[in-house]
Amino acid sequence: MKQICLYFEIHQPIHLKRYRFFDIGKDHYYYDDYENERAIQETARNSYIPALSTMLDMAKSGEGFKVAFSLSGTAIEMLEQYAPEVIDLLQQLAETKCVEFLAEPYSHGLASIGNEESFREEVKRQAKKMKELFGQTPKVVRNSSLIYSDEIGAICADMGFKGMIAEGAKHILGWKSSHFVYSCAQDNRLGLLLRDYNLSDDISLRFGSQPITADTYCDWINGLPEGEDVINIFMELVALGVFQPLSTGILEFFKALPACARARGIQFATPSEILAKNKPVAPMEIVYPVSWNDEERDTSCWLGNTMQREAFAKLYDEKIVGRILACKDRRIKADWDRLQASNNFRFMTTKPASAGLYRGIYENAFDAFTNYMNILGDFLKRVRDLFSDQVENDELNALYTQIANLGEELSVKENEISRLRARLDKYEAKEKKAEADAEEKPAEKKPAEKKPAAKKPAAKKEAAPKASPKKK
Amino acid sequence: MFGWEFPPKIYGGLAVASYGITKGLSLQGDVQTTFCLPKPTGEEEKFLNIINMSQVPVVWRDKNYDDIKDRFVGHTAVDYYRFRDHLYADFNYLQGLDDMGCIQFAGGYPGNLHEEINNFSIIAGVLARSEDFDLIHAHDWLTYPAGVHAKMVSGKPLCIHVHATDFDRSRGKVNPTVYGIEKNGMDHADCIMCVSELTRQTVINQYHQDPKKCVAMHNAVYPLSEEYQAIVPNKTPDEKVVTFLGRITMQKGPEYFVEAAAKVLQRTHNIRFCMAGSGDMMNAMIRLAAERGIADRFHFPGFQRGKQVYEAYKNSDVFVMPSVSEPFGIAPLEAMQCGCPCIISKQSGCGEILKNVIKVDYWDIDAMADAIYSICTNESLYQYLAEEGLKEVDQITWQKVGLRIRECYNQLIGRGWFDNWEYLEAVKNI
Repeated sequence: MKQICLYFEIHQPIHLKRYRFFDIGKDHYYYDDYENERAIQETARNSYIPALSTMLDMAKSGEGFKVAFSLSGTAIEMLEQYAPEVIDLLQQLAETKCVEFLAEPYSHGLASIGNEESFREEVKRQAKKMKELFGQTPKVVRNSSLIYSDEIGAICADMGFKGMIAEGAKHILGWKSSHFVYSCAQDNRLGLLLRDYNLSDDISLRFGSQPITADTYCDWINGLPEGEDVINIFMELVALGVFQPLSTGILEFFKALPACARARGIQFATPSEILAKNKPVAPMEIVYPVSWNDEERDTSCWLGNTMQREAFAKLYDEKIVGRILACKDRRIKADWDRLQASNNFRFMTTKPASAGLYRGIYENAFDAFTNYMNILGDFLKRVRDLFSDQVENDELNALYTQIANLGEELSVKENEISRLRARLDKYEAKEKKAEADAEEKPAEKKPAEKKPAAKKPAAKKEAAPKASPKKK
Repeated sequence: MFGWEFPPKIYGGLAVASYGITKGLSLQGDVQTTFCLPKPTGEEEKFLNIINMSQVPVVWRDKNYDDIKDRFVGHTAVDYYRFRDHLYADFNYLQGLDDMGCIQFAGGYPGNLHEEINNFSIIAGVLARSEDFDLIHAHDWLTYPAGVHAKMVSGKPLCIHVHATDFDRSRGKVNPTVYGIEKNGMDHADCIMCVSELTRQTVINQYHQDPKKCVAMHNAVYPLSEEYQAIVPNKTPDEKVVTFLGRITMQKGPEYFVEAAAKVLQRTHNIRFCMAGSGDMMNAMIRLAAERGIADRFHFPGFQRGKQVYEAYKNSDVFVMPSVSEPFGIAPLEAMQCGCPCIISKQSGCGEILKNVIKVDYWDIDAMADAIYSICTNESLYQYLAEEGLKEVDQITWQKVGLRIRECYNQLIGRGWFDNWEYLEAVKNI
């Protein structure tokens, strides 16, 4: 039986403000609040709210509609601040049990190819946030813009995820079909769901120019060869409403999907259900990272030119990452999330295909690079100022573990002290009792007198060392 | 073709552009150019015919061939006699006639420029009567009257080339006489070639020309000669040099460069600024640099010529052209040939065809300072702009411009397409 696996990405970049180099060291606030508020509210109004409301109706109608979402941490922060009604809608969707939430790196950044430790930390943090907001612990993970390679797969498998979603790029699939579950080549515990870019782009890219009906669409799926059962349709949520304006009737198309699918015996399923029902058919070897961006489906739109690579190298410098992970400064951690967002790198692309690309507040790649490097310059300076430059990360970690250990040691010692003190009390009580027995005084009052007596020696002990320096 | 400047005597961009256009046309094989210059040096290249306007007679003088045959620079004595057969009026009242009946030109831009322009036009009348040609092409406003005169006499189509307008030179406060000459030339022209879309818009809006006869014909550059390519940059590793090169005058926006330099130097100390060239605002700029307290890092090496220009480009880490209004501006293209990243103002015509440069508004000194700082501190940006800029500028050739001019010519004189496929293919593959 054929199953449609629908997945939507919810992510919006946090726009950086115009930041000149003479602001370095003086101004530590990097964001264009006006643009952020405007952009997120516009997106929510045109896309998120109508699309999610429609899906909520579809989920409630009990026609077997299922869907998966993932939200980047930075997007959640923005939505909470400027468009909390979107979060409400998602929570209502979560209650219908027809929705699965996936894990992804908190920042929507490139940590998976930059720094493994940071990647793990981010995914964990985002999964925790999903649990808090929607009451689900994600079992399936997806990386920013579906970046995937064998190594990234192995890390995710090691973190305990059952599956991961990735791009079904032509150059990795070759003659194979994306309509099966595959497994990671380095760790077969991890199942892979590969995006069917043809069917996905029919909706997200081409719906307005080449309109289709839900009937035709389901016919196409139904017409796929026997045995090709898993149809992965992944896109950004902004496809409904921004890429394809609501006037194209895209939501009506969506509403009609479940009925048309059911008429042909096609079901909807969430990624976890797919993975539970279908065994991987083969390992899929992906040596170089693939993504769902551009014609090349690789990382060249973020790391294609020397400027992007320099910015990337500076951002994921090992020493810097170590310090950020070790520190407890909340502002630095928040800035780190926002600066990592892959959009910042996308703005710097000089690929010929980028001609009509949306570049936010920037005019061109050089402008984006200059502004980002100025901000990064200030940020890195703040990170370096946290700890002395001579301290290596290992030492830093050692110091932190030492502090943690000292805490433990102290608590062990405290326990011992209280234990000894209790024993001392008992011993003294016995002694006093013995004395009392000897002097034959009334036994009732004795226990009351014992406690103050026991504390006095301790107080004297404390006072004694303090007094001694004075004598000197 | 009427022109005022031609290499090897170079006053500004006009000479370079004139050379490029004629060379680009001559390579097509079937275009013969006669270039009329007020005062050639005799060292011009031989791919075109040069007519020396200082040796074209306007009044009849009885001269013996043997006496004068060695005195000619540019054209020959035979040409002289042919011109003498086509005198059309009595110009004996003119002052400054020599013994051959010719009017002398000082060359360059002397004080009596308007008189010289007028004389140039008188001589053009003689030439138009004696020479056989298909089309007239006049470069810059100095030669427009000559072009118009030649058109009136011969009835041949007139194409004028706008290298600059007085609106660019004066920041809007035009000289009425110059404006009159420019307007008259444009009104009579059958085709107006502007060096950029920016200039084209000025011509359409300020000179009220029909947009249909205005075309944007961007300039190009010639590949660096081996001599210039071989220049070894002499850079100090821990110091960056930021260069401004051009006339130090209002049109070029030098004060914005000084202000941006002051901003950069507030934060860094390993950058030097260099303002090469001379002009009427030089002293004011020296004073401004001193006022900002950056004179120790801000240098004025004076006017650079020939090889020195390329040495300056090669030794620079950033080239800045903050022109308030630049019709085209060949300098950034030359700097890019030397592998020097460029920052240009958005008000520069060359920005229309260049991608790998940083463009800022001329008045936005914050953005300019930021761009300078960024190139000096981020090695990758420097690398990218230098490498990609070089690749880009290598694609901008005079041969391509020549072909586009040829297309316009063909339309003007009613010829079919240029069909030398071999040449077209060769140009495409450059």
